Amino acid sequence: MSEMRRVTAICNGTVVDHIPAGKALQVMQMLRVDIGRSNPISLVMNVPSGKAGRKDVLKIEDRELTQEELDRLALIAPNASVAIIRNYSVAEKRQIELGSELVNIAKCSFWNCITQNSREPLPHKLRVISADPLDLRCSYCGRSQSIEELAKSIL
Amino acid sequence: MSDLITMDDLSNEEILEILDTAERLVPVAKGDMYAPLLQGKVLGNLFFENSTRTRMSFESAMKRLGGEVVNLSSVGSSVAKGETLYDTMQMVDGYSDIAVIRHPRQGAAQYSADAIGIPVLNAGDGAGNHPTQTMLDLFTIRESHGTIDGLNVVLVGDLRYGRTTHSLSHALVRFGAKLTLVSPDSLRMPDEIVTDLKSHGSEVVETEDMAGSIAEADVIYMTRIQKERFPDEDEYTKVAGIYKMTADDLAGAKEEMIVMHPLPRVDEIDPSVDSTKHAKYFKQAFNGVPTRMALLCRSLGVKVPKEVGQ
Repeated sequence: MSEMRRVTAICNGTVVDHIPAGKALQVMQMLRVDIGRSNPISLVMNVPSGKAGRKDVLKIEDRELTQEELDRLALIAPNASVAIIRNYSVAEKRQIELGSELVNIAKCSFWNCITQNSREPLPHKLRVISADPLDLRCSYCGRSQSIEELAKSIL
Repeated sequence: MSDLITMDDLSNEEILEILDTAERLVPVAKGDMYAPLLQGKVLGNLFFENSTRTRMSFESAMKRLGGEVVNLSSVGSSVAKGETLYDTMQMVDGYSDIAVIRHPRQGAAQYSADAIGIPVLNAGDGAGNHPTQTMLDLFTIRESHGTIDGLNVVLVGDLRYGRTTHSLSHALVRFGAKLTLVSPDSLRMPDEIVTDLKSHGSEVVETEDMAGSIAEADVIYMTRIQKERFPDEDEYTKVAGIYKMTADDLAGAKEEMIVMHPLPRVDEIDPSVDSTKHAKYFKQAFNGVPTRMALLCRSLGVKVPKEVGQ
């Protein structure tokens, strides 16, 4: 018999499973689900996983994350699985995709990049040079971006 | 119509073609021949940061080809009033056929190119890139060595903030150069650039020792430690004046070795070097004119007829 459920099933919302162990808080930051909202959020960390040994899981009630929001996950949890839950059942499974360019997802973290002027109107763009290991560079200034810094400059 | 923001915008074949065109344009650059190929065209010369050679050589190049130039400097313009780069570029788009931009912020040239329809040439963006300087550097190297293939090139000085070395090293490894990067630890070439350089399969050596790198060099490319790029003046003081080349240092150099410098210099090349056969930096500064002529023609889609320079 499988291990006892740590968090109850949700009626409606989004479940993000198979997040690398310890990264769930960063995922919340990336998805911006942690600010200005009152949806119940359940989070479990470091639970046993057949696939990866340990994993984190995030359940967000009463909110279906859009594909654009989910694509942000590709930065820190490219192998996470996402299910949209309606009336306690999996209504949809969504794929996370890391495209060739991330537009208006995060700001370049380099202090002297032209995009640091918040009044400049063009979109923030990061080019994906390599997915594994992840190498992202600002499309304007060309600087490599660290994930830790990017998590702080999510748009 | 095409932009030039980094050296990645040019293939090796295009680089060689531009050098060939520039070579044919030398008599026009010297004023020995008149070729009004860009008559009726207007260049917007936008310098948000100081410049002597780049601004003047672009202006000279445009005028020698019969074109006109409108200038903008950040002092006394609406930039000083807080206008965004985006808005400024919209004006330039209306007033000129091609824009040359130098800006203290990195990425400003690509940003400008995305903001407007006319071609944009990057004349230096912060500590980022300076591809038109690279083209004249390659021109100078080829003029002296007859080739830009497989040379042993030593880059000395501020490799962290030095945009000329960033663009030049990217181009040289594509032509099989062996690079020796000489700098104090605090001014090392940024890691992502070193990774890119090595990915081309070229030998890239990092050292703090200039003297030990001279004997094997085909080209020594000196750069100024740029006070204006340091966020902290104490850091600048620690490394200012760290490399000083004198004529005596070149006693063991190869006969055909050349010393280059994008200029201005402070004290990194002693005037005693000027009179040696190795010194090419003033010739290099002139080469900005024919090279930038070739780049202006290319970006404006103007062919340089075969008769020019024959």
